[in-house]
Amino acid sequence: MTGDETQWFDEAAGPLVRPYAMTGGRTRPGAAWLDVATQVVTVPSASERLGLGPEHQAILDLCHRALSVAELASYVNVPLVVIKVLISDLMDRGDVVVRPPAQALQAPGRDLLQAVLDGVRAL
Amino acid sequence: MVSVPSDQRQAAALAPESVKILVAGGFGVGKTTMVASVSEIPPLSTEELLTEASDGIDDLAGIEGKTTTTVALDFGRITISPKLVMYLFGTPGQDRFWFMWDELARGAIGAIVLIDTRRLDASFAAIDFFERREIPFVVGINHFDGAEHRYEPEEIRTALAISPGIPIVPCDARKRDASKLILIRLIEHAMSRLPAQASA
Repeated sequence: MTGDETQWFDEAAGPLVRPYAMTGGRTRPGAAWLDVATQVVTVPSASERLGLGPEHQAILDLCHRALSVAELASYVNVPLVVIKVLISDLMDRGDVVVRPPAQALQAPGRDLLQAVLDGVRAL
Repeated sequence: MVSVPSDQRQAAALAPESVKILVAGGFGVGKTTMVASVSEIPPLSTEELLTEASDGIDDLAGIEGKTTTTVALDFGRITISPKLVMYLFGTPGQDRFWFMWDELARGAIGAIVLIDTRRLDASFAAIDFFERREIPFVVGINHFDGAEHRYEPEEIRTALAISPGIPIVPCDARKRDASKLILIRLIEHAMSRLPAQASA
């Protein structure tokens, strides 16, 4: 064991501090299954914003149209692991609803693939 | 505020179905270039925090670990219809971020593995990854201006020991039509690998 084990503020601490502050120190999202392509939409009645941080509010403002977890991470400019925690906070409050990718665990089926194929051909 | 459930239903109705396609290959083979050529938006970038110590085994809950690194992830979007959106994710180039690929690959239609004929070995790890997991993929030979010799697809197949059923498609990742064509080949390939439809 070296002294590094207990030394918090080494050179790697910089990028850690802010994400921790934004997520209240939580690292595991309430919804760990949130996929990068999961769609997030703001619920229209989500107007009471007391207790929400600026990042939460940014998500609510952005998701009046559906956006993916990855897009939100990019637009709000936080790492994926952070945006997932923030989104799960909003899910708990009932302020957003999410839709996981068509087939979260296995490859998409024939009908969906055909729809994608038709769509790409028409580009 | 009394009608939250109906509000939630209303919001849920706005969410399209989403599908993922991965664009993989070694560092500098043109992954982001390909994403950019077909995406309807300039490619976006996000990042993930990872522990160096996790070494491909831990999940992301390990970010409280002592050494953190950042992996950039570039992606694009194609809105196929109001009800269907496709994302193209450029996978992080370094081999040691396998576990991030696993999350990206889960539920994906498949992958395009880009290769640069001047550095074939740079894309071998990606081919191996998708082959082992039986994720549908096609190989795109990205023709760089600096490449002295244009290899035939079958030469590439032999050099990289790519299975006979895997399509190998010459392309130019900068060109929208070429990128579109390789997407079509991938989707067709993924469909060909589905179990045959049960006949009545």
